[in-house]
Amino acid sequence: MSQNSNKIMAWIDDRLPVTQTYEKHMSKYYAPKNFNFWYFFGVLSMLMLVNQILTGVWLTMQFTPSAEAAFASVEYIMRDVEWGWLIRYMHSTGATFFFIAIYLHMMRAVLYGSYQKPRELIWIFGMAIYLALMAEAFMGYVLPWGQMSYWGAQVIISLFSVMPYGDLLTEWIRGDFLISGATLNRFFALHVVAVPLVIVALVVMHLLALHEVGSNNPDGVDIKKLKDENGKPLDGIPFHPYYTVHDLVGIVVFLMVFCTVMFFFPEGNGFMLEYANFEPANGLKTPAHIAPVWYFGAFYAILRAVPDKLLGVAAMGGAIAVLFVLPWLDRSPVRSWRYKGIISRIFIVVFGITFVILTWLGTQPSSGLFLGLIDNTLMAQICSVIYFAFFLLMPFYSSMEKTKPVPERVTGGH
Amino acid sequence: MSQDGVNKARRTLLVGATAGVGAVGAGFLAVPFVKSWMPSEKAKAAGAPAKVDVSKLEPGAMLTAEWRGKPVYIARRSDETLKTLEGLASRLKDPENVNKAQQPEYADNVYRSREPDLIVLLGVCTHLGCAPKYFAEVKPEPFDKDWKGGWFCPCHGSRFDLSGRVFNGSPASDNLVVPPYSFETESKSVLIVGVDEENA
Repeated sequence: MSQNSNKIMAWIDDRLPVTQTYEKHMSKYYAPKNFNFWYFFGVLSMLMLVNQILTGVWLTMQFTPSAEAAFASVEYIMRDVEWGWLIRYMHSTGATFFFIAIYLHMMRAVLYGSYQKPRELIWIFGMAIYLALMAEAFMGYVLPWGQMSYWGAQVIISLFSVMPYGDLLTEWIRGDFLISGATLNRFFALHVVAVPLVIVALVVMHLLALHEVGSNNPDGVDIKKLKDENGKPLDGIPFHPYYTVHDLVGIVVFLMVFCTVMFFFPEGNGFMLEYANFEPANGLKTPAHIAPVWYFGAFYAILRAVPDKLLGVAAMGGAIAVLFVLPWLDRSPVRSWRYKGIISRIFIVVFGITFVILTWLGTQPSSGLFLGLIDNTLMAQICSVIYFAFFLLMPFYSSMEKTKPVPERVTGGH
Repeated sequence: MSQDGVNKARRTLLVGATAGVGAVGAGFLAVPFVKSWMPSEKAKAAGAPAKVDVSKLEPGAMLTAEWRGKPVYIARRSDETLKTLEGLASRLKDPENVNKAQQPEYADNVYRSREPDLIVLLGVCTHLGCAPKYFAEVKPEPFDKDWKGGWFCPCHGSRFDLSGRVFNGSPASDNLVVPPYSFETESKSVLIVGVDEENA
């Protein structure tokens, strides 16, 4: 029996490198043995990508992408299609959990310097995925054609009007002189076909680049330096079965949280599905309070913090663009924040908190008070300055500060 | 394979020329894909003028009409509020209508209108396109303690006076657009949005 299966495998391997690929990426891919909690979020992002594609394909079977019928077809999915409500909530909750996983995954890279040489390309591919994901989420939110879909699209597309030939450009994106069925239709095509293809291709590149140079770890130690007599890294363990089984635990816990939110708080108290979106799109009336879904909050807060259209859009674009060049801003001789100097350590924590505050502010009216103490707009301005300071001052503080010695071998792990 | 006797310069030229012609072809091929995103003939044809009866519009009141799918605000201003408009100049970004694209020639005045009392504005915020809300009353508002009446955009807090002129400190940089409009009759009771000429 096993001899036969060996023969079959050999026959295939002569024609397609299945075993070789499996070994390179799974059973002989040596990952550092000291991965911690933060290292779950890569695989969890993949899980959410699969969830979005699977549920998304099913949703297209019942959804009608036209200005006249889109809103009603979403109601049809929710009320009349068997299990339609579950598939839609898996998709809408999936978007939120995708971004939670992605943000924590990015924060992990910041903490442990996973973007540093030689992993710059992994970071760039990751940022491209993030950018494509933002476009994907934005266009997906337009599809139900509720009030927030419409006015969200109006605001986001208007951002392009600050560019040269802005009016022409926005007309080109909308396919009309205002947001209309033409816009909805093309967003549907982009959301379900074009952008997912791009995202999947980028994920493949992200992983190929990762497996070429190997995973970083919480100590930022290069495990390929010290190898045993067989050429295996002393601090590495095969991804399969060790991390596949290990990740299963993370997946189960993550799905427990996911299901709790999906079944009991599918609207996320207005942060995931906004109440104004339960009203059909009306091009003559803007809802009293318009805010993005939570995962765009930080950049929206930065946009609003600047009292000038061009500069506001530039600040928002800059906040995203600066992430791309992070590998070249960090001049620290060490990767992990465990061994960086005190300024870096404090700044990383402050940055994390700042991002959370900005996210919160983006979902709140600009005229309110933050914690009842300080004007929301002023708070957003302070946080925007900290956000940019973290990145733009990094070349100075990361190269000047005194770092701790990095150990030869990883610490912790089993 | 033997590379002897290969004319490298000719090979480079041929490969370069082929790639160049191919790139030009790809450029031409991109045209239909890019152009197909522009507004269709159907969308362009949907821009008929809108007629609005303004005879019953009281001072202080506003009505919303639809023109080319966009909201058009038509408001009647009282004599008292008209007087406050001139005193606001120091608080405005563009009190003199320096940006000529924001209004037709006949609305290039402090009232930004043909008739002083009747203001016609595109209800599209010049910041990011939301529909600003009408706050007609002269009283302190949460967004402005010295509010003289006008429009406030709920999206990003841009403020406009009763002539649609943008206040300092707003994220919007331009005044609200005055669309082309005219009156159908001498009595000025029916407004036509989208047509410049009188009695058109």
